[in-house]
Amino acid sequence: MGTNKKKNWYDYLWLASLLYLILGFFNILFAWLGLLCFLIPLGISAVKGNKTYCNHYCGRGQLLDLLGNKLKLSRKKDIPALIRSRGFRYGFLTFFLIMFGNMLFTTYLVFSDAGSLKQAVQLLWTFKLPWHFAYHGTIAADWVAQFAFGFYSVMLTSTVLGIITMVLYKPRSWCVYCPMGTMTQQICKLKDKSS
Amino acid sequence: MTLQKNKRYAVVDETHCVACGSCMKECPKGAITIPCGITAKIDTEKCVGCGLCAKACPASVIHIEILKRGEEDGNK
Ligand code: SF4
Ligand code: SF4
Ligand code: SF4
Repeated sequence: MGTNKKKNWYDYLWLASLLYLILGFFNILFAWLGLLCFLIPLGISAVKGNKTYCNHYCGRGQLLDLLGNKLKLSRKKDIPALIRSRGFRYGFLTFFLIMFGNMLFTTYLVFSDAGSLKQAVQLLWTFKLPWHFAYHGTIAADWVAQFAFGFYSVMLTSTVLGIITMVLYKPRSWCVYCPMGTMTQQICKLKDKSS
Repeated sequence: MTLQKNKRYAVVDETHCVACGSCMKECPKGAITIPCGITAKIDTEKCVGCGLCAKACPASVIHIEILKRGEEDGNK
């Protein structure tokens, strides 16, 4: 963030991103709010045909920027050419969407009583972290909670990846392969071509 | 236009730009825009070649070029 510029209200959205991660430790149902980070950028790019979300509103980008620049946690090295290649970016997006579909399917299984609720958060699609402390039952149907665990897993995993690449490369390295960033840019390109 | 000094300005590798806007936030001259969410564009008239955008770019796709005096616009 430019230190030489007047701050706008949206320059504080990193607080929302941070709060989101914290709330997930207290009550997993807050994870549903994360849908906003999917629907708003996709909506803006589809309707307006620009990346205003990435360029101004994304709290995650701001948070990584703060950690890397203000807290000086980043080595600020160039990202390997492989990661910024088209193949990697679209490959990661595809992988991400498949895992997302998988998460929706798990939710469906719980919804249709074919599977049971698993009170765990899965980190990096591999490690199951016990997360029962953030689930207090009864308020919502099991599938609602299952989706919340799944969605929080997606958000936590991407945050961890974002932090690792923030440390290794430039602060906002995650933005190079962020599935939302890739998708919104692609939508903008398609929209521009068709107009 | 004839420049007195060598002019430094930023150039974006547009095919690899991810349109994230990290550069735009850094630019002290407001020389960067991302029209239609596709790629960053530099207004070379406004750009002073400070290089802050290049430092911030997570994809490292901005570099600084130097235009030697008298080379510009072919008016010499
Ligand atoms: S690329 Fe992803 S993390 Fe970066 S600003 Fe856009 S949505 Fe946010
Ligand atoms: S070199 Fe400096 S003035 Fe030029 S576009 Fe980059 S940040 Fe702006
Ligand atoms: S920071 Fe780099 S990748 Fe991001 S918009 Fe600017 S030039 Fe493109």
